[in-house]
Amino acid sequence: MEITTHDFWTVLHGMGFGALFMLAFSGALAELFRISAPGVPAGVTDREQKLVVFYLIVMVLLAWLTVFSGAYVIYPWYRAVPPAGVVDLADYPRRLLLSSGHTSEWHNVGMEWKEHVAWIAPIAITMVAYVTMKYGRAIIRYRDLRKAVLGFAVAAFFATGVAGAFGAFLNKYAPVRGGAPIVIMQGEKE
Amino acid sequence: MSAIDTGQGNLPNGPGAAAILAAGIGCAALGILAFAGDAVQAIGKGLNFYNPVGTLSGVTTLAIIVWLASWLVLARTWGSRSLAINRVTGIAFALLVVGLLLTFPPFMDLLQGK
Repeated sequence: MEITTHDFWTVLHGMGFGALFMLAFSGALAELFRISAPGVPAGVTDREQKLVVFYLIVMVLLAWLTVFSGAYVIYPWYRAVPPAGVVDLADYPRRLLLSSGHTSEWHNVGMEWKEHVAWIAPIAITMVAYVTMKYGRAIIRYRDLRKAVLGFAVAAFFATGVAGAFGAFLNKYAPVRGGAPIVIMQGEKE
Repeated sequence: MSAIDTGQGNLPNGPGAAAILAAGIGCAALGILAFAGDAVQAIGKGLNFYNPVGTLSGVTTLAIIVWLASWLVLARTWGSRSLAINRVTGIAFALLVVGLLLTFPPFMDLLQGK
C-alpha cells in the first residue's frame, strides 16, 4: 500500500482539513442558532458556552489550514507548466484541462471560482468565532449582531461547499499526481 | 456547572460591529482584487507575489492585510461605542455579496464584456 507525497497532501487538504471543516458546519450552525435564538430557556451553561467557543476555534484553524495548504502546497502542482515537447499532460492538471474544450471550463469556471471563493470561509468563520467568544450568551440581546453572525456562517458554508464540490470534480478529471512514494504497508503478491 | 444568564454586563456593540464590517471589507477586497487581477494584465502581474502560486498569492495576501487592518482600525474607533448596528451589518452583507459575485468567473467575464 503506497501513496505519493502529492496524493497525501491532496487527501490531507481535501479530506483532513476541508471535509472536516465542512462537516463541522452542521453542528456550528445548529448550535449558533440554538444559543442565540430569542426565547430559548436559559439552559446554556458555562461549560457548553466554552465548548461552542472551542468548537469554533477548531473550525477557524481548519479553515485557514485548508486554504493555505490548498494555495501554497497543492495549487503550485496543479498549475505546473510542462517542459517543451511533453505530450502526456497527466502530471500537469491545469494544462490537461485546458487542452480540451470538453474539460477547459472545469478550470476556467471551477478552479478559478474555487481558488478565490474559498478564502471567504476563513475570514467569515474567524469573525463568527470572535463575536461568539466576545459576547457569549449575551448575544441574545443584540439581534442584528446575531443575524450577521448567522449570515456570515451560512456564507462561509456556501463558499466551502463550492470549493469542496469543485475540488472533488477537479480531482476526478485532472488529479494532482506525482511526488515521491510513501510506503504505508508492504503487501504480498498473489 | 452553573447556568449562565445573558451576562457580559452592558457590553457595547462596537467590537462586534467592527469585526462584522471588517469581515465584509475583507470579502469585498478579495473579490475586487481577484477581478482586477483578471481584468488588467499589469495588475495581475503585480499581484504575483510568489511565482508558484501566481496572482492568487497577491490577491489573498492583500485581502488578508486589508481585512486585518480594517478590523484593527474599526476596533480602535468603535471599541467602546454602541452603534446603529443594523446599518453596519447591512453594509457588511452588501460587501460580502460584492466579494461573492466578483469571485464568480462568469460574473467577472460579464463585467469585462467577454
